[in-house]
Amino acid sequence: MTTVDPTNTTHVDPNAVSLTINGKSVSARKGDLIIAAADKANEFIPRFCYHPRMAPAGMCRQCLVEVEGPRGPMMVVSCMTPVAEGQVVRTETEQVKKAQEGVLELLLANHPLDCPVCDKGGECPLQDQAFSHGPGESRYVEEKRHYEKPIAISDNVFLDRERCILCDRCTRFADEVAGDALISFTSRGNNTQVMTFPDEPFSSYFSGNTVQICPVGALTAKPYRFKARPWDLDQVESTCTTCSVGCRTVVQSSRDELVRYQGVDIDPVNWGWLCDKGRFNFEAINSEDRLSTPYLKDAHGNHVATTWSSALETAARMIRTSLATSPESVAIIGGARGTNEDAFAWAQLADAIGVDQRDAQLADGLPAEVFSLAQATIDEAMAAQTIILLAPDLKEELPVLHLRIRDVAQKRKAKVVEITSRPTGLTPSAWKSVMVEPGKAASTIRAGLDQSILKQIGSGTVSVVVGRMNLAESAESVVLALAEILHVAPQAKVLPVLRRGNVRGAITAGLTPQRGAADTAEILALAAAGKIDTLVLLGSDPLSDVPDADLARRGLAGARNIISIDTFMTPSTSQADVVLPAAAYGEKNGTTTNLEGRISNIAQKITPAGTARPDWMIAVELASALGKDLGLGSVEDVTAKLAKTVAQFAPAADTKALRHDGVVMNRLTPITLNRAEAPANDRNSYDYRIVSFRKLYDSGISTAKSPSLVTLAIGATVVVHPLDLDRIGVQAGAHVQVIGEKATVVLPVSTSEDVLRGTAWLPFNQPGNDAREMFDVNATVVDVRIEKLS
Amino acid sequence: MSRLTDANVVIAKEIIARYPRAKSALIPLLHLSQEQNGYITREAMVQLGELVGVTSAEVYGTATFYEMFRFEPVGKYLINMCGTMSCALMGAGELMHHAEHKLGVKAGGTTDDGMFTLAHAECQAACTEAPTLQVNYRYRFRVTPADFDSLIDDLRAGKLADEIPQHGVLAKVRQRIPADKGVGAVAPEDVTEGPAWLDGKPAL
Repeated sequence: MTTVDPTNTTHVDPNAVSLTINGKSVSARKGDLIIAAADKANEFIPRFCYHPRMAPAGMCRQCLVEVEGPRGPMMVVSCMTPVAEGQVVRTETEQVKKAQEGVLELLLANHPLDCPVCDKGGECPLQDQAFSHGPGESRYVEEKRHYEKPIAISDNVFLDRERCILCDRCTRFADEVAGDALISFTSRGNNTQVMTFPDEPFSSYFSGNTVQICPVGALTAKPYRFKARPWDLDQVESTCTTCSVGCRTVVQSSRDELVRYQGVDIDPVNWGWLCDKGRFNFEAINSEDRLSTPYLKDAHGNHVATTWSSALETAARMIRTSLATSPESVAIIGGARGTNEDAFAWAQLADAIGVDQRDAQLADGLPAEVFSLAQATIDEAMAAQTIILLAPDLKEELPVLHLRIRDVAQKRKAKVVEITSRPTGLTPSAWKSVMVEPGKAASTIRAGLDQSILKQIGSGTVSVVVGRMNLAESAESVVLALAEILHVAPQAKVLPVLRRGNVRGAITAGLTPQRGAADTAEILALAAAGKIDTLVLLGSDPLSDVPDADLARRGLAGARNIISIDTFMTPSTSQADVVLPAAAYGEKNGTTTNLEGRISNIAQKITPAGTARPDWMIAVELASALGKDLGLGSVEDVTAKLAKTVAQFAPAADTKALRHDGVVMNRLTPITLNRAEAPANDRNSYDYRIVSFRKLYDSGISTAKSPSLVTLAIGATVVVHPLDLDRIGVQAGAHVQVIGEKATVVLPVSTSEDVLRGTAWLPFNQPGNDAREMFDVNATVVDVRIEKLS
Repeated sequence: MSRLTDANVVIAKEIIARYPRAKSALIPLLHLSQEQNGYITREAMVQLGELVGVTSAEVYGTATFYEMFRFEPVGKYLINMCGTMSCALMGAGELMHHAEHKLGVKAGGTTDDGMFTLAHAECQAACTEAPTLQVNYRYRFRVTPADFDSLIDDLRAGKLADEIPQHGVLAKVRQRIPADKGVGAVAPEDVTEGPAWLDGKPAL
């Protein structure tokens, strides 16, 4: 029997390694690289190819250091050499200096040194380290290598091969992180260069990251080329709200115009990566088409510019008149595009005037009860042994979350089980993909998943990533399937993946139907029946986003008055009687909440377009015009009141914690979902069942108003299995009519083996005749016929 | 036509099966493709990527490392004239000049009838036999202008068809490993036993 000495509290970590770097004692973990240990100890070792988020490559040799060995000091590459117990590392000896200078001289031998005209000049690791660790002059006097400058390797990324030092960062990123190995070293040898396959562009959703991590000016991004010099840039750290992942960014401006976003590496969320949509959509904010002044609709139905006071007065009069009838004749749709403060101020206004019909989701999300299930953060979800995906194609909708899941799947840290109606970007990384016909997910799981999957689920921790897997399938259908999963995996934690930027914050702050009031679909139906007098569109565009075009059209036509608060004249805004211009991202301060409930700050960098104002301020002023004082004078007031009023937001009271990593909101006491028998949803054998989700680039304003992104939308189309195309009897590329119960839409048809037989895949909200025409918000699934044009 | 023929796809799958990781088969497959078309076509690279599960860019990156893979059509016979030191001293320059006149193309060019591509080459490791050339990588030693002329005439007349196959053919007899004779595709991490030559003895 062992006796425990209670005074001995020292616990020896078997993975701890201690070493000396430049005489300094450093503790590291087994397997750490010398360069990473040095970074932690604030001993800088120069480097180009090493990137802490990617596997080491040892390409550039710049990080040579001296390690004491049995035969004296030895030169090693610190990005490839792991730490060892008692290791003695020196990074600044004469020998090291000589080696590093030698490497730099060689790296610069063919480098054009065109720093004065290079976008990277001023923030260039090669330039900086040539000063700090270079020889000062070169002995190379011969003619340098010449290549055509620069060549476009994709729509947005340009490559200057003369500047390239072949560090392998971009190619490694494309293969290892993004999984889109569309660039590679070619003509290896004296003419090695980074290149795509001939005439096949580097069309990755993550291509902008290669520009950010390029340690020289070889890769530049079209939206930023020659826009500013680094020393002209002004910047603040913020959180991206393009989707709900909430990637940490730096927002950079020059002369009060946004010019660039860069990813910031925070551990819990994005690891420094951004998707190209989030990176380049600052162009939309700079757009000439931004709403910059309020408008009122005149008697002829034309929008006439007006002042804020008259617009607010008109809006207040409309609301007051409607309230006199009944609070039920007023409804608010939207709020998920703004900050927590925007949503909360509007919720406070709605409370003050007794409006319960409010919904931040546009019938394309999930019921708010998914937030009441046992929640997982992104990190917690990734740490599970099994990750079950009951979600749309995350590569298309939440690209950086896709990277996080792909990372654990590729490194075999977790097994990914995917339940989907169409292969997704994660299918190649998934351990099992269960293909289900739309509407059959719940019954398929209920009937019993494969034994190996059940065994895996039963053997350890499980997380479920749940979102609207198919916009042509009802939310109830997803919830039923989720209930079945939670029945076989009662220990599972849930990561809801609703897409819109601050949807979780808006719902939690109160923009969700109160006391069983109508949600968006019901509000629109009420409006269509003439029962909504004043409809407030809070940064929402039901005509483009509600997965039922007919309902949205009838709803907007039936509402007597429409007040729209938006940044652009969207299809819905153009129907509004009062248009109030809203400040956009980068134009206002506040906080946002990402899909896991992480609250972090977003920061103002530029002045709003024209007289545009933040949504929260509009709420306060409208309240005051209605004779209500919300007691909110500044955005800080709103944050403070939000933290005090809504228990889940309590952590936001610590405003310092909202910076950088942010803070996760308080969780609700978990509820359990009830299982229920799903309807059979059987399909007539002549019909196709629609699968629809968004592509990254669609008709939404952040794509449509960004010149660099707008051309990347694929356009409306219908995709079927090749064998089904034969059945229709047309060639790929031909136009066909897709005949639904509600509408017939003519679309070009193409084929993909990825589409299940008997289903038709239609991207959502694309330029052209949109699939939404056929959708019915009240139907569980949407079945169509596809026929030749007569 | 420029994708692999069905027969060659069967061979390609046989080759892939010999490797624990499909992408390791890429180089033999590139040879197979070059054997079929005389050069590596764009479509073939796309197809090989699909067969072994890598992107076209990765196939291209691998293929372009190797000088012997050609990406443009070459003549039926690719004539590589060595021009390195020993051959240069023994008259390779004059021989090239003669060859250009004989074929009516400059070095690097292909004759109009698509029969011959003439190319400079570096040392072919046969310095004692200078000047040398290779036709579709088959040697000719101590080549005189007269030898060259008769070589071209013979090739044109089809007299050497047995000896010199068309460009891209590495061996006229394809290696076939019956399924029961191969060592099988075992990934290195799955190897548990010592190598056969250790014969059960402990490693030193």
